[in-house]
Amino acid sequence: MPEPHEPAEGAVAGTGMGGAMDLAASEATTLAAGEAGAGPGAGPGGGPRGGPSAPARSLWSDAWRDLRRNPVFLVSGLIILFLVLISLWPSAITSGDPLDCDLANAQKGSSPGHPFGFNGQGCDVYTRTVYGARASVTVGVCATLGVAVLGSVLGGLAGFFGGVWDAILSRITDVFFAIPVVLGGLVLLSVVTSNTVWPVIGFMVLLGWPQISRIARGSVITAKQHDYVQAARALGASNARMLLRHIAPNAVAPVIVVATIALGTYIALEATLSYLGVGLKPPTVSWGIDISAASQYIRNAPHMLLWPAGALAVTVLAFIMLGDAVRDALDPKLR
Amino acid sequence: MAEVPKNDEPTDATPNVSEVETVDAETPEEAVAAIEAPVERGEPILQVRNLVKHFPLTQGVIVKRQIGAVKAVDGISFDLYQGETLGIVGESGCGKSTVAKLLMTLEQATAGEVFYKGQDITKLSGRALKAVRRNIQMVFQDPYTSLNPRMTVGDIIGEPFEIHPEVAPKGSRRQKVQDLLDVVGLNPEYINRYPHQFSGGQRQRIGIARGLALNPEIIICDEPVSALDVSVQAQVINLMEKLQDEFNLSYLFIAHDLSIVRHISDRVGVMYLGKMAEIGSDEQIYDHPTHPYTQALLSAVPVPDPEAREGRERIILTGDVPSPANPPSGCRFRTRCWKAQDKCAQEVPLLAIPERFVDQDTPAAHESACHFAEEKDVVHAA
Repeated sequence: MPEPHEPAEGAVAGTGMGGAMDLAASEATTLAAGEAGAGPGAGPGGGPRGGPSAPARSLWSDAWRDLRRNPVFLVSGLIILFLVLISLWPSAITSGDPLDCDLANAQKGSSPGHPFGFNGQGCDVYTRTVYGARASVTVGVCATLGVAVLGSVLGGLAGFFGGVWDAILSRITDVFFAIPVVLGGLVLLSVVTSNTVWPVIGFMVLLGWPQISRIARGSVITAKQHDYVQAARALGASNARMLLRHIAPNAVAPVIVVATIALGTYIALEATLSYLGVGLKPPTVSWGIDISAASQYIRNAPHMLLWPAGALAVTVLAFIMLGDAVRDALDPKLR
Repeated sequence: MAEVPKNDEPTDATPNVSEVETVDAETPEEAVAAIEAPVERGEPILQVRNLVKHFPLTQGVIVKRQIGAVKAVDGISFDLYQGETLGIVGESGCGKSTVAKLLMTLEQATAGEVFYKGQDITKLSGRALKAVRRNIQMVFQDPYTSLNPRMTVGDIIGEPFEIHPEVAPKGSRRQKVQDLLDVVGLNPEYINRYPHQFSGGQRQRIGIARGLALNPEIIICDEPVSALDVSVQAQVINLMEKLQDEFNLSYLFIAHDLSIVRHISDRVGVMYLGKMAEIGSDEQIYDHPTHPYTQALLSAVPVPDPEAREGRERIILTGDVPSPANPPSGCRFRTRCWKAQDKCAQEVPLLAIPERFVDQDTPAAHESACHFAEEKDVVHAA
């Protein structure tokens, strides 16, 4: 690839003062001559070489092109797609009923037709792990999305506009940070009678957004000080353009990292809340409920813990890998 | 001279700048029309009058109390004429970059006016401000932070067209971007590359192309080459001169490298601690400086000829630049000046042609804010 052509704009007319300039001018001429020799195709009158026919590219199209070739993205994407599918149609890969339990089978290991064995209540662990994906993935994904969207919008706006709104928002996040999660869950969720995942998700978003908000605020403050944001403002760009085109792509990386790591925490938090009796309640099936129930018997029947815990680990890993791949794809320097 | 004010209040210490012909625009349409009117070559296009920027110093966590102000720019007046290059020099922290930001309305001025074609741009907003921004563009100091690392070169140079869609119809933008790349000496094929794939000099060319995109009349260059290698500096400076002729641009060129400023400027202003110390043509400033600060600055310029260097007098200033939060009374330079007397502490020197030179037809008869201005050729002295 020939180097970009640096045309010689004529020698600098050296004046009495400009000792440094005289030197610079002669150097520049030499450099330009050298480069013109190195890249014969890039003559000054050469004009655009095949430029107009090349399609216009942007960060997002380049990122997508990059992601499609990234094995990490493909593997994690397939795992997540599989999880979504079994959440929607668990009966597609299991014929059992997660609530069809026989205490006679309690804590039994793997046997034909029941590859993962049975749990403490004598239910089939394989069936329960498959059916548990729905509640766990819903809680994890929805809570993470809610936290990421709410936290980055509020934190980002506070960081960008600063002043009074930033001060108010920062004090509000301080208040939320002071609420202990388990105690807050006991208080808030004990008054809810609904047996769906939504109160649990709402509670996690309520307590989780300040963390992302802090991170988003910090990275927006860092990004907005760069000259390219000033340059956009000098061009007459609106606040929305500066935020969406310049600040958001440069501030989103830490939010992606923290949010994907938090996803696993939310699934585990759901388990803690369920264990305390304020989260999901039986007959809802979730990995969290099964993990907390099995954790007492880990020495007698480790398989009861390992299968749902393994499913949780794979899920969290898939989301973290996805977040990593997306973050890398959005950084042109890493391509 | 008895009424010369003390330094407590920012005052217009520039008595003899020309009167500004203001345009009283009632509606935004009139303002836009005034902004888009052409200006003859040699006529003032940008007139700065008593511009002040104080950054408040506050104390307290919840209730913020102002305990002082950093007087970054403290009463500056000058004219920029159509087609000329006005150089602004001064050491770090003297307020050069703040002036640039004020002229770009990236900062809100504390007081004073900036007239662009008779319109005070510090009071404009909305459509009229957008029209001004189309006509005044900026080239930034650091080419490593002034280009968004996550945008392609095509997006960076094309962004002005997205913000001002009236400049280029959608279909022609890509071609325009490639033309601009060609104008600044870059290969138009690099349109899909990212800033990190370019060297510093090439990045600065991209920044210049972005500044040129809207076909502005004024380009404010805030130390455009100080982050570059010396050899690349010359290329970029020559490119800027070529573009000035080609597009009939007016430059406000801020730098701390005196040689480069002399090379590119028609007139030069010397700033010290938020005030203009001396302003004149490049010959007047470089060969006939009358302000002691200018003389000290010039005596620090490296001279490549060892024999000339031998006989040269070097003025070495003692002490540091005083804090702009608490500048000295009277003349700002008096704490480091070898000529300072009681008068310097009491009276703010006006930026005017020194009395002893007023009636003389010498290059020393240019505006200099010193009570004891006298000529001293520090550059050629042997």
